[in-house]
Amino acid sequence: MSLLTHILGWPLLAALVLAFVPRNFRFLTRLVALAATFTSAALAVVMFVKFDTDAATDFQFVQILPWVKSLGISYHVGVDGLNVGLVLMGALVSFAACCCAWEIKEREKEFYILLLVMTGGILGAFASLDVFFLYFFHELALVPAFIMIGVWGRGEEKDYATFKITLYLSLGALLALIGLLALYLQMPEDKRTFDLVAMTAHFRAQGMDGSAQQFIFPLLLFGFGILVSLWPFHTWAPLAYGAAPTATAMLHAGVLKKFGLYGLIRIALPMMPEGAAMWMNCLALLCLGNILYCGLVAMKQKDLNLLIGNSSVAHMGFVFLGIASLNVLGITGAVLVMIAHGLLAALSFALSGYLYQQTKTLEMEKLGGLLRQMPFFGAALVMAAMAGCGLPGFANFAGEALIFFGAWTEFRVVTVIAAWGALVIGAVYMLRAVRSVLHGPLPQEWHVAKDVTTPWRRLPFALLLGALLLFGFFPALLTRKIEPVVKQIVKDARAVLKPAITAGVKN
Amino acid sequence: MNVSLIEFEITVVLLGMGVLLLDLWTPAERKPGLGLAAALSLLLVLVATFLVPIPQGAAASGFGGGYLLDGLALFFKRFFLVAAILVLVMQTEFADRIASGISEFYALVLFALAGMMFAASANNFVMLFVAIELITVTFYVLTSFQRGRTASLEAGVKYLILGALSSGFLVFGIALIYGTSGTMSFPEIAAKIKASHDLAHGALFQLGVLLVLVALGFKIAAVPMQIWAPDVYQGAPAPVTAFLAVGSKAAGMVLLLRVLLTAVPDLASHSAKLLMTVAGITILYGSLCAIPQRNLKRLLGYSSIASAGFLLLGISALSLNGISAILYYLGGYLFTVLAAFLVICIVTRNTKDEDISVLAGLHQRSPLLAAGLTLAMVSLAGVPPLAGFFGKFLLLKAAVESASNPEFRSAYYTLVAVGIVGVIISLYYYFGVMKAIFWTKPTGDLSPIPLSLPARLALYVCIAGMLFLGLYPGPLLDFTDGVVKAVFN
Repeated sequence: MSLLTHILGWPLLAALVLAFVPRNFRFLTRLVALAATFTSAALAVVMFVKFDTDAATDFQFVQILPWVKSLGISYHVGVDGLNVGLVLMGALVSFAACCCAWEIKEREKEFYILLLVMTGGILGAFASLDVFFLYFFHELALVPAFIMIGVWGRGEEKDYATFKITLYLSLGALLALIGLLALYLQMPEDKRTFDLVAMTAHFRAQGMDGSAQQFIFPLLLFGFGILVSLWPFHTWAPLAYGAAPTATAMLHAGVLKKFGLYGLIRIALPMMPEGAAMWMNCLALLCLGNILYCGLVAMKQKDLNLLIGNSSVAHMGFVFLGIASLNVLGITGAVLVMIAHGLLAALSFALSGYLYQQTKTLEMEKLGGLLRQMPFFGAALVMAAMAGCGLPGFANFAGEALIFFGAWTEFRVVTVIAAWGALVIGAVYMLRAVRSVLHGPLPQEWHVAKDVTTPWRRLPFALLLGALLLFGFFPALLTRKIEPVVKQIVKDARAVLKPAITAGVKN
Repeated sequence: MNVSLIEFEITVVLLGMGVLLLDLWTPAERKPGLGLAAALSLLLVLVATFLVPIPQGAAASGFGGGYLLDGLALFFKRFFLVAAILVLVMQTEFADRIASGISEFYALVLFALAGMMFAASANNFVMLFVAIELITVTFYVLTSFQRGRTASLEAGVKYLILGALSSGFLVFGIALIYGTSGTMSFPEIAAKIKASHDLAHGALFQLGVLLVLVALGFKIAAVPMQIWAPDVYQGAPAPVTAFLAVGSKAAGMVLLLRVLLTAVPDLASHSAKLLMTVAGITILYGSLCAIPQRNLKRLLGYSSIASAGFLLLGISALSLNGISAILYYLGGYLFTVLAAFLVICIVTRNTKDEDISVLAGLHQRSPLLAAGLTLAMVSLAGVPPLAGFFGKFLLLKAAVESASNPEFRSAYYTLVAVGIVGVIISLYYYFGVMKAIFWTKPTGDLSPIPLSLPARLALYVCIAGMLFLGLYPGPLLDFTDGVVKAVFN
């Protein structure tokens, strides 16, 4: 069996095992969940190290098992340079999320089962090379998230948030499903398969009917876009993250949300270059909505969780900008930001979740002076904020810089506005949050707040920060893997784009 | 003619009579057990159906061509048998709520089952009519079986009046078809249409077909004959509602397939837009009306209307894949809906009403029942990895596939869009049920719910069915594909 099957299989197997563990064995429950996610994370590191960078465009650690032959569906997993980093990031965040789940005190068994199913689904979605399984695993991860927010969520708007995220994301997923089905049906009848590699090869060789691309591409763009909180379909995100339990918010905001972006880069761009060329201007404008509008909304927030939620929506704008630029620099940067932001969002929600446990409130006006009381926590929060406004040294900087370089050649005005939004707006709300939470006088009631002291509790924060710094100082660890794959995608897209542009000039 | 063709039906009818006879010698306190005995006997019949080889090529027929035993018939016979077995288990759980005549309660279900099995094999309008009447008349009695409850009586009367109306439509339609074509047999009608162009375009013939379709629409609860469903679902005893939702709907569906695709295939392909419109309206009507419902059975009534819409979506795709998708969807629907009704039947034992709030705290009272109902809701909503997802996936795939026909492209995409809207709305109310189970603060009784062994087994079967059909669709899909190719190609 491929290493990848182990990586995504252990959490699912552990979920099955937990179903038979009696309810009152709480320690055992937690231990099984931690062991499974740790195994996945460790194996993912092994996979990342073993990955042959010189052959980054080839799929490695491949496994294929036929599932429904008549429809051409098979369990097919594998990684190339594009998703190897994403799988690693997903596995790391899953382990960190599982570590942070100690705040759950009631119905732990069900929580850990759902968490493990979600983890398995997420890793499966990023590892699958079969379009059907891609969707299948994504949905498998999505539904536990809805239930976790509904049952273990917090705040008064919990029910509303649950329904909102459920309906929005299901709509996005269904639109994408119709798009994927339409793609499948574009293949000639005797060759129909859901196999991603075969489909990409077919469309790369044969091309797809232009009019078909014109209507399938927007289905995928907006279907996946809703999943990634593309403006103006983003309103579910801050609300749901505000209400979600810590581990769920970490997994969803960090990893699962990146699935839509991954789908765009993996499926939509290589198979439908003409459609992509047509819609990228539109995407570049919409991403400004994410960056500016959601950035400004984040500035107005009084609740730390809502601020982080809005800022994470704003960060998605950069990724969209990178994709819209349709060049090697931009898309490589986009993938890098996906990984960096996954780690960062998980770290931010882990921190806010810890703070909520200590203070039972996240209203920034009521907090203050906590840096003295909680030095480790405070230092981590400052670093997360710095990473959030794109300070060099963190992986986010490397990615965002690449995106701006890439986008500059395509959309100058948009890039200028986006850079301004990133540097100024981002810095304002992040620094303001740091000031109101960590600095100033310490209100009497927060003298009870305890810092993160035991190594066990510190582990998830240290792990995520370490990864952010590692990829910040050595982004080449990722970019050297991502770039060859992106080059291939961009070459195909440009080949179509150039004649289209010259034809436009002639007319 | 070969009597062995109808051996399963004969067995079921004899079984029904046997239950009625045994009732005379069985002491009152052991009468509920007769249901389990009947269920076990049906299990044997079910096993026997697997020993019959699926007819390849020319299917065996009897009663002057009126009765046909082909792959499709066999699929539906097995389907009805499984449904009846689970419903009989549900009925024994329900026995304490039936004042008297529990044996008749079982026997009537067996007679309805015989009707459904005949319907699966109907190949002319006489057999169709007799089968439908056998089903419908037994259901008149079954829906009003709780004579002490006004709601049950009301459901019976409503079903009787609207059922009689639709029977009237059916007879009138059959009369018109016979009058214009001179035959009752489906294949002969198809042959005559091929031979003479005028027949299919005659207004009287078309009116006849339309009336028959309307009457069959009553069975599957499709617009415009859906109005009875919520009231009857709510009023009828839970096991009867379950059998109505699964068995009666599937019987209507198989007859619809036979009439549309064997008797009048040309007319069907010309009325694609009509079918699409009906499918779209049915989906929207069912899902929109389900939103404000608080009564569980009424909610499932509306949800069953929406499901009828999805089945019609499969028919309107007018392709082999569409029909295969319908069969697959029904297979998943069987386990899903029966799981839901089984849980509802057990949970509402000691409560007066069937309001959604009775589910509060269910996860503490009985984790198995909570899990069963949750899985059923998730499957109905069409979420992987459960059966409902794969069924809806196949139906939508068939519709998108048919959209490659440029003439109907926009129509099919509109229908798919309507389907998506329906799914999204349905997520809202199915999640409402899950919300009640898991995170609504329980107020009333929190005592554990005892679960008898047969009920537990039945629930396990339903859960296993939902998971198996969702995770391992290959075998059933290959089977339905083969059947559809053999019958309709």
